[in-house]
Amino acid sequence: MLELQGIAVSPGVAIGRALVFDREGYRITRCLVAVGEDEREWQRLAEAVVAANEKLEASRQSTTAQLGERLGGIFSAQQQVLVDPHLQSELESLIRNKTYSAEYAVSEVFTKYAQAFRKSHSTFLSERADDIRDVERLLLEALTGQPMATLKQLPHEAIVVSHDLTPGETASFDPEKVLGICTEAGGPGGHTAIVARGMEIPAVVGVGNFLHNIRSGDEVIIDGHLGRIIVSPDEATRDHYKQRRLYRESIATQLQEIRDLPACTSDGVRIELMANVEFPHEALSCVARGADGVGLYRTEFLYLGHDQEPTEEEHYQAYAQVVRDMQNRPVVIRTLDLGADKMGMTMLAEPENNPFLGLRSIRLSLRNPALFRIQVRAILRAACLGDVRVMFPMITTLDELRSARFLLRSVSEDLAAEGKHIQCAVQVGMMVEVPAAVLMLDRFIDEIDFVSIGTNDLTQYTLAVDRSNDSVADLYQACDPAVLRLIQRTQQIASEKKKSTSVCGEMSNNPAYALLLAGMGIRTLSLAPAAIPILKKAIRSVTIGQCEAMAWRALRLSTAREVDAFLMNQLAGLVPEIVLQA
Amino acid sequence: MRPADKLVRAATGFQCQIELERAGQIADCRSILSLLTLGATQGCELVLRAQGPDADEAIRVIRLMFDSHFDELQPDSST
Repeated sequence: MLELQGIAVSPGVAIGRALVFDREGYRITRCLVAVGEDEREWQRLAEAVVAANEKLEASRQSTTAQLGERLGGIFSAQQQVLVDPHLQSELESLIRNKTYSAEYAVSEVFTKYAQAFRKSHSTFLSERADDIRDVERLLLEALTGQPMATLKQLPHEAIVVSHDLTPGETASFDPEKVLGICTEAGGPGGHTAIVARGMEIPAVVGVGNFLHNIRSGDEVIIDGHLGRIIVSPDEATRDHYKQRRLYRESIATQLQEIRDLPACTSDGVRIELMANVEFPHEALSCVARGADGVGLYRTEFLYLGHDQEPTEEEHYQAYAQVVRDMQNRPVVIRTLDLGADKMGMTMLAEPENNPFLGLRSIRLSLRNPALFRIQVRAILRAACLGDVRVMFPMITTLDELRSARFLLRSVSEDLAAEGKHIQCAVQVGMMVEVPAAVLMLDRFIDEIDFVSIGTNDLTQYTLAVDRSNDSVADLYQACDPAVLRLIQRTQQIASEKKKSTSVCGEMSNNPAYALLLAGMGIRTLSLAPAAIPILKKAIRSVTIGQCEAMAWRALRLSTAREVDAFLMNQLAGLVPEIVLQA
Repeated sequence: MRPADKLVRAATGFQCQIELERAGQIADCRSILSLLTLGATQGCELVLRAQGPDADEAIRVIRLMFDSHFDELQPDSST
């Protein structure tokens, strides 16, 4: 049994067989064999070469017969690659001297050649890279005895294990087949995390190097709550997780019964539970789970896996679908929150040394007004279909807020001049996720209609910690007293001016933290749709007085550890039936 | 790729060591990957070298192959 810790990015528990992907296209596990088994691996390879050669020979003969010698010659050249003396001696050296498995050696050597060919300036050579890849695939298929799985077409249900996944790969996932996702690289804001949450597939990323310890077919448990992955679990561990899964299922039935009841404390204080969504199709599952609206509609998915900027119509169709499906419930659309740290925004963002402090989010949008205008036009058009609100992310200075509002006004004038039907009275809010915005909120507040606290970034910027960095991730605590004070100040300033404050970070997903926020006066929480039912259960089990008492005590504690322990303890006392969930 | 294939097949038939050089880069004529890595295209200058008992014969045969454009009906643009 091997237990590893990563970053939990999509909740849930998955138990299944691993399918390890480690190379572009058809990936293969990086596996070492025991010393002394090199002769066996070398024999396996020799047999695979013979088998692959026979296949190529058959292709050569049939192609030559049907299409002539010229095309048949392609296979003849591939046969030549298969027995190339340089290639063979490199393979032998990796297998004999470095104890690589035959698959790993093949993958390494072919990748090296394919990359060298691709990097060359000759188009002729870079096209040959595909021929090399073909030969590699044949060899690997001969070695493993089965067609190489691609992420698009998984042969069976599996837990996908990989170094990293490209946006294209994650976008082509089949949610029926992918039980869980686990990657060595990646962070909480990456595309893998986003897609996994959107598809409600349990996922753990940022585990660090471990692919050499796992083979396809190994049993794996992914704990998307605690960010843990367990390879080849022992009996007791497997039972523990199976039991937890059963328990979750039984709780889920109970939660279904309160779906249509409001999220009110037992003494009648209404807490709005909104949903964070990434993809248009999620709107329906928000409704099914009893969400009061969409509190954070992330629009980055439109850029996922596309090289081209989305058109105004593509933006509009996506927004319109969500607004319609939410049936007059409010929908808060956050404008682009992209940066060098996220997805394939290569056309806009140069690689940066310090992407979290760089050109991202509203800064990127304001720097690219043409792109920003397209999105704002689509939002304003979609606003005619229901209760749509606009929210600008990562506002740090008043100038940024004013520039963004200016652009919004000018776009709306353009649309009016074009005779387009638009909704003029769209509410405008800002995300509070930079400490500077909290400190200056009294100056911002008169120029906005609402604020939404993004606790993920606020925590990161307040504590100066990158949570995707393993060495410091433990410092990242949304319940750190410093973060709580900033939340408290935000709520106080906004409520003096009768503006609403919501919290839309991952903090809201945790029932204990959510009760604390309610006790601090927050009346709107926005969270993952899947977490809504359990949170509603928690809220309906307490009085607002109990929440306020919790907040009063918590705000007097001095460290994140004390706060966390206190809150968990409180939750166990107030709502014991859901504690096992966390 | 086809000419490279033919070249390797021819070279393997000799005992001598045969090399092709392009702009300082040397390829082993028994290795198709090595030849491809030269990235040689039609019209570029190559130096053919052979060392061993049947070197003269090897040079003669391979020269002939180059002169006949490797029997391609349409001269291939590669190697």
